[in-house]
Amino acid sequence: MNLRNPVAQARGLGSAKEGTSHWLWQRITAVGLAMLSVWFIWNLLSLIGGGYAESRSFLAQPHNAVLMSAYVLFLFYHAQLGLQVVIEDYVHVRWLEITLQLIVKFAACLVVLASLFAITRIALGS
Amino acid sequence: MAMSSVNNHKKRPISPFMIGPYYRPQLTSMTSIAHRISGLILAIGGLFLAIWLQVTSLGPEAFECFSEYAGGPLGFTFGLILLITLIYHFFNGIRHLFWDIGWGLDIRKAYRNGWIVIGVTITASLLLSIFIWMRLSA
Repeated sequence: MNLRNPVAQARGLGSAKEGTSHWLWQRITAVGLAMLSVWFIWNLLSLIGGGYAESRSFLAQPHNAVLMSAYVLFLFYHAQLGLQVVIEDYVHVRWLEITLQLIVKFAACLVVLASLFAITRIALGS
Repeated sequence: MAMSSVNNHKKRPISPFMIGPYYRPQLTSMTSIAHRISGLILAIGGLFLAIWLQVTSLGPEAFECFSEYAGGPLGFTFGLILLITLIYHFFNGIRHLFWDIGWGLDIRKAYRNGWIVIGVTITASLLLSIFIWMRLSA
């Protein structure tokens, strides 16, 4: 049992200075995604019904490759931040919560890396 | 987590969840939970974007295999749900960003911009669906 007042324990340590990081990055990626989603939907409309060649030549253009890379990166960073809060809010079994948090973060990282690799392969024509 | 375990320990009453028998459904709470649910659906939908990138890099055979499912009735239905979900999350997300800079926060305005988001979502969904339908049938 600790008889020290909780305030006395916290005093002098200072804040971690990262309290707003999660919130702020969710908004930064939201603004980026809002702009990129307009670009994405616009191009998706012309790719729907098209085949392999259309998809390939679209992604082979350097500006599309760069924007699609940014879209995937922002999308999964934003999704990961959102899913983290959903898990924190609704999963109250500690081991399950930690397991889910790890799965979401590892999966997001892997999907982003795989997507960037795929886009790069298409853009470089290999 | 820390707060709730303290409450459980002392058996204090906690405020009931916004959805359930204690609260009447409100536009504000419903658009809020819909934002979460649409976010969850879009996280799954993002995987389909990633699969599309994979099959495009893998080659024509893999792409055909993918478009067989994506172009079928199941893929079409899921794609349409994803599109409507994205439109809702997009416009309600902009509503959230306006709240973050302090605009439209009072009850009357929060209800009004909630209805605006619903109206714009339905309109944009209909227009895009008609456009896609026309493209696919042409």
